Amino acid sequence: MFDYETLRVIWWLLLGVLLAGFAIMDGYDLGVAALLRALAREDDERRVLLETIEPTWEGNQVWLILGGGAVFAAWPLLYAASFSGFYFAILLVLLSFILRPVGFNFRNKLVDRRWREGWDWVLCIAGVVPTLIFGVAFGNLFLGVPLRYDDTLRMSYEGGLIGLLRPFALVCGLVSVAMILTHGAAWIALKADELIAQRAQRLLRLTAPAFVVLYALAGAWLAFGVQGYAIVGAAAANAPSNPLAKQVAHGGHWFGGALGIWAVVAAALAIVAALLVPALARRRPLAAFLASALSIAGTIFSAGFALFPFLLPSDLDPRSSLTVWDASSTQTTLGLMLLATVVFLPIILGYTAWVFSVLRGRVTLAHVKQSHGMY
Amino acid sequence: MIDETVVALSRMQFALTALYHFLFVPLTLGLSWMLAIMEAVYVMTGREIWKRMTQFWGVLFGINFAMGVATGVTMEFQFGTNWAYYSHYVGDIFGTPLAIEGLMAFFLEATFVGLFFFGWDRLSRIKHLIVTFLLALGTNLSALWILIANAWMQNPVGAEFNFETMRMEMTSFAEVMFNPVAQSKFVHTVSAGYVLGAMFVLSISAWYLLKGRNIEFAKRSMTVAASFGLASALSVVVLGDESGYTVSENQKMKLAAIEAMWETEPAPASFTVFGFPDVKERTTHLAIHVPWVMGLIGTRSIDGVLPGIRELVAEAQLRIENGRTAYAALQRLRANRDDAEAKREFDAHKADLGYALLLKKASIDPAQATPADIAKAAESTIPNVPVLFWSFRIMVACGFWFIALFAYSFWLSAKRQLDRRRWYLKAALWSLPLPWLAAELGWVVAEYGRQPWAIEGVLPTALGVSSVSAAQVATSLGGFVLFYTVLAVIDAILMRKYAKLGPDGLGMWPAAATTGDRHV
Repeated sequence: MFDYETLRVIWWLLLGVLLAGFAIMDGYDLGVAALLRALAREDDERRVLLETIEPTWEGNQVWLILGGGAVFAAWPLLYAASFSGFYFAILLVLLSFILRPVGFNFRNKLVDRRWREGWDWVLCIAGVVPTLIFGVAFGNLFLGVPLRYDDTLRMSYEGGLIGLLRPFALVCGLVSVAMILTHGAAWIALKADELIAQRAQRLLRLTAPAFVVLYALAGAWLAFGVQGYAIVGAAAANAPSNPLAKQVAHGGHWFGGALGIWAVVAAALAIVAALLVPALARRRPLAAFLASALSIAGTIFSAGFALFPFLLPSDLDPRSSLTVWDASSTQTTLGLMLLATVVFLPIILGYTAWVFSVLRGRVTLAHVKQSHGMY
Repeated sequence: MIDETVVALSRMQFALTALYHFLFVPLTLGLSWMLAIMEAVYVMTGREIWKRMTQFWGVLFGINFAMGVATGVTMEFQFGTNWAYYSHYVGDIFGTPLAIEGLMAFFLEATFVGLFFFGWDRLSRIKHLIVTFLLALGTNLSALWILIANAWMQNPVGAEFNFETMRMEMTSFAEVMFNPVAQSKFVHTVSAGYVLGAMFVLSISAWYLLKGRNIEFAKRSMTVAASFGLASALSVVVLGDESGYTVSENQKMKLAAIEAMWETEPAPASFTVFGFPDVKERTTHLAIHVPWVMGLIGTRSIDGVLPGIRELVAEAQLRIENGRTAYAALQRLRANRDDAEAKREFDAHKADLGYALLLKKASIDPAQATPADIAKAAESTIPNVPVLFWSFRIMVACGFWFIALFAYSFWLSAKRQLDRRRWYLKAALWSLPLPWLAAELGWVVAEYGRQPWAIEGVLPTALGVSSVSAAQVATSLGGFVLFYTVLAVIDAILMRKYAKLGPDGLGMWPAAATTGDRHV
């Protein structure tokens, strides 16, 4: 089959696919939750918004679970280092991902106004918080994090939650929020009652340009104000996964990596697609939503290409940085997981598409007013 | 250096969140099949009441499902946040079934659960039934892959240690997948879920009959619950016995602890029905023995010998000595990877490397260990005997009670007398919490009984923790306790409210009695 180096590159690409899949599919749920109070003024309108995502959010959330499982299986060192290093950030994400399902399910179960308003706030916060954290975490990947391995490959992380909140990382967090708000609004423009859809179209004229400006700012900052990392000498792409077997230099800039030019291409795609979203939202809402999805994919891949071959650089001990060549599982496991993915991912995409086609059409206010909403 | 407070807090957090998650999982496992059965009857007979039954039990299923999904994310994240060294050490093997679970099972159940609720008016009868069936299939496949992962912790086959990466690596996925422990665990666990689902339906229906409400609805539900429950209760006990047999092959210490079998008995060993295990004196007071039974269950023979705790500790001591040799060879190999002599020595003893790590767990360098250290480490392989002894017996007693209750329900249902005996209905109602108790105790026996190992014989639990501070774990643990308690209260209130409202109160059956408006 494939050699070790090829499998590692394939799994690095699949990591990007899973992240993009998560951001696109679960992203609109997060965006709708975040906009629940801003775009819908009273209970029936909010029920419209919720019903646009209620039938599919559980399937969408599996992209996160699968992402977690795949990182565990394919990049165990990355999984262990990032989850334990970003301890409280991950727990905040977790809290949001527990509150969201519960909120979707519990909100309509009682009629009491304070009960529902309370859950609306919870859902709103649970939409914004993980979005911000994911962006901040991505920003920190470029800056490097304070991790180090001892010779038994036990990792220690010398920092905390506050240490993640560096200016560049915060800008990345805002990029993520603008991106997801755009995506959520594009979904609402496509699926909700015309009344609410029009509000979403107007909002898109604000969020999409905001995303482009913030994203361009982050790109410029990265190009001119953030030091890059580079492996010293030739990378041992077929060697066993041991991060301590290499030397890493900290300096220079990020776009000097092997795939720097691809990062620029992906970024251009992200920007063009984002600008198309508000332009298409009124006449071609489906095309607008797909453009938003494309913009998300472009954004994530631009970050991945710029980082390559790094996954999680260390500013404390650059040698301990995790890269594509030293953080993976074995060739056997990567090959096996690839086989499972090749078999199951098309099946998943197939039945997901069928479910979405069954649920096609707008959720109208009239429909919500006459149903009990007691899902 | 391992911080013992971090270990204790991390274990407490894992146990708490796992036990909590497992309050919701078995109901999903069992109720999903019962929904599929009820809907199949609807599709075959065309009688509206069966559709309404599917929808009503579906509402309760939905509340529970959301909690199961939500608390499940915690479990996957926690290996990374709190057990980072574990994740590094065995991720090459352990991560794979988790990822395949997502691909093959969880996507299936989560994608179709929405359509189950929102698809009634959008799909034909047959298509909706297929959706419900796929939902049930997905939940059960999910359990299969999780238990394959768990079984590898109990019986780590198909893997070996690689000194260059300092971790366990997969040598045979087939061995991991077809681990005999995985198979017996899977059937035992899903059967337990089916029993729980059946009891849930039986108890709530019995309450309606006691109140004289929803009679037709409740009787039909009880009939489904009685037959499904009886088959499952028989299967959970019989296959639990199979589980006991597989444990006897690779986790002798766990079995000896469950039995409080301090000394090796001549074959076939007796089974201790009752008694008070005394850890200090290493004896069981007031023990009541049934001759032969344990030997038959544990070895499937009359001449197979089951080793007692004392003998197993002595064996552990030898393996620690072996492990020290492996550990010393490993140090030499890491200094010079081409040292052929060290490699030979390491390969000869590497099966016991994990036992040397028992010394590291006590913060002792294996190279410096004294005979007293080694004896103490060997003692540490004994799990908590009284807890296992009692958890197991209460679980088994519940199992036999389930068989009796469902058998009687089945008989009453066949004679169409389900609503005739109030004492029976009360017994059915009050049995509601028992399957949860049994399921949680089953987890205790399996996982607490695995201690001190995270991976049996390979990695002591204490070594698996992340390099986080005790303050961090204490904060997250406190957060979980608070947050999970609030959620449990809300969940219980909603479950109770909707169960009490019932199909009549919700306007589901009889269909014309009320409209759904009152619950908008």
